[in-house]
Amino acid sequence: MWTRVGALVLRHLYLYRRSATRAGEIFFWPVMDLLVWGFLTRYLERAEVAAPVTFLIGAVIFWDILYRSQQSVTVSITEEVWVRNILNLFIAPVRISELMLATCLVGVIKALIAAVVLGGLAWLFYSFNLLAVGPALVPFLACLLLFGWAVGMCTMGIILRFGQAAEALIWGVPFLLQPVSAVFYPLDILPGGLQVVARLLPSTYVFEGMRAALQTNRVDWGSLALALGMNLAYLAAGAAFFGWMLRIVREKGYLSRLGME
Amino acid sequence: MPEIQPPADVIEVRDLTKRFDGVTAVDGISFALRRGEILGLLGPNGAGKTTTIQLTLGLTTPTAGEIRIFGLELARHRREILQRVNFSSTYVALPSNLTVWENLNVFARLYGLRRPRKKVEELLDLLEIPRATLDRPTGGLSSGQQTRLNLAKALVNDPEILFLDEPTASLDPDIAAKVRDVLRRVRSERGVSLLYTSHNMPEVESLCDRVIFLAGGRIAAEGTPAEVLASAGSRSLEELFIDIARNQIPQGAERR
Repeated sequence: MWTRVGALVLRHLYLYRRSATRAGEIFFWPVMDLLVWGFLTRYLERAEVAAPVTFLIGAVIFWDILYRSQQSVTVSITEEVWVRNILNLFIAPVRISELMLATCLVGVIKALIAAVVLGGLAWLFYSFNLLAVGPALVPFLACLLLFGWAVGMCTMGIILRFGQAAEALIWGVPFLLQPVSAVFYPLDILPGGLQVVARLLPSTYVFEGMRAALQTNRVDWGSLALALGMNLAYLAAGAAFFGWMLRIVREKGYLSRLGME
Repeated sequence: MPEIQPPADVIEVRDLTKRFDGVTAVDGISFALRRGEILGLLGPNGAGKTTTIQLTLGLTTPTAGEIRIFGLELARHRREILQRVNFSSTYVALPSNLTVWENLNVFARLYGLRRPRKKVEELLDLLEIPRATLDRPTGGLSSGQQTRLNLAKALVNDPEILFLDEPTASLDPDIAAKVRDVLRRVRSERGVSLLYTSHNMPEVESLCDRVIFLAGGRIAAEGTPAEVLASAGSRSLEELFIDIARNQIPQGAERR
């Protein structure tokens, strides 16, 4: 199993090694986001707004982890469709679970590289120390990665089912979650109905927890455990959804169309 | 104790049917691929060739019927079967921004080879791809070299069955001839069985031991090229192909 997973990871590492554009993509957009939000934070600090605002930089970095994680699953597989390699993979003796595991591992590598670079830049430019989040940083990041994978599996299932016409979802789906994940503002800003939706998302507990950890040095471990539990449920649901879509795609003969269209 | 012989038929397809939203693409066909045989799956566009290949690779699930490969039921033993077969198609490519070595290394490892360098070099020699191309991006190779590289990928696991979907389409005649030579060598030296689709009838006539003509998802004619031509009263497979494509299946050309 690990030989096959390793081969699939190697395939993506080769790609990033060969393509400066693709490798640069891991850093370019996150760094641009960090610069915009970092300078906005500086401005708000100078304007002496009532609330502490440095957490905005942490929010940008955390959001990028979730975004990269979701994208890692979807782009890694869609990439194979773009280069007409997907059928080569589906007729190799590779389990779907191995394919998903490999894309998730690629996602971890990309997200961690981006987190280290962004954390370093945030410290260098804005004196923001990501490690100030404390020991909860690791479970926070784990929650974001897991939720990104779960969302990525659902997105990928839809793309498999509806073909390249649905590819815009790769970039669009995370932005459906952003307003209700309390990324840049506290949960109680949202209207009542949306608060209910927000409480169903593990990401909300991470962003709320990150703000609390930075402002009060306290971590609500109960909420964090709830987020982890939700993530496990969503991962199982994402995998089941992906499997269901794959069955439909096989029944309707879309898999080969996807590989050749 | 009597010696246990491997089954003579490496693929057995019985009453295979595939319907897509009310359209019958494959309509109750049965056929077998014998060990070491080259079987051509022929017919006009929409006849059901590609669907049949997809069904036998497990890319599409059948509506009805049974597919057994190496005596194993495909639906239950797909991974085990895929380890022993491979596929190449004009319409499928290897990532163009990876080098020849990187592509073959990845696929060799997917089939369980841990140190594939020797195997990769052996395949390059077999397919007359210069070893100097190992570190070149696949996208920089000529179309003939890319086709042969796809074949190298398809041979990386020493398959017992090779599924080929129009392997010589859009190739220059000299390159197509080279590919045919490789396929003949692979069959004679390694005993590989080939299930093969093509629109190039002279090629089919020169390469295939048997052919199956599909029309409207059904088998319109089956046998050796000579048998099929004799029963149809056609002068060439091309003439028979045109008759079948025009839905004028010659008397006697039906399934034998």
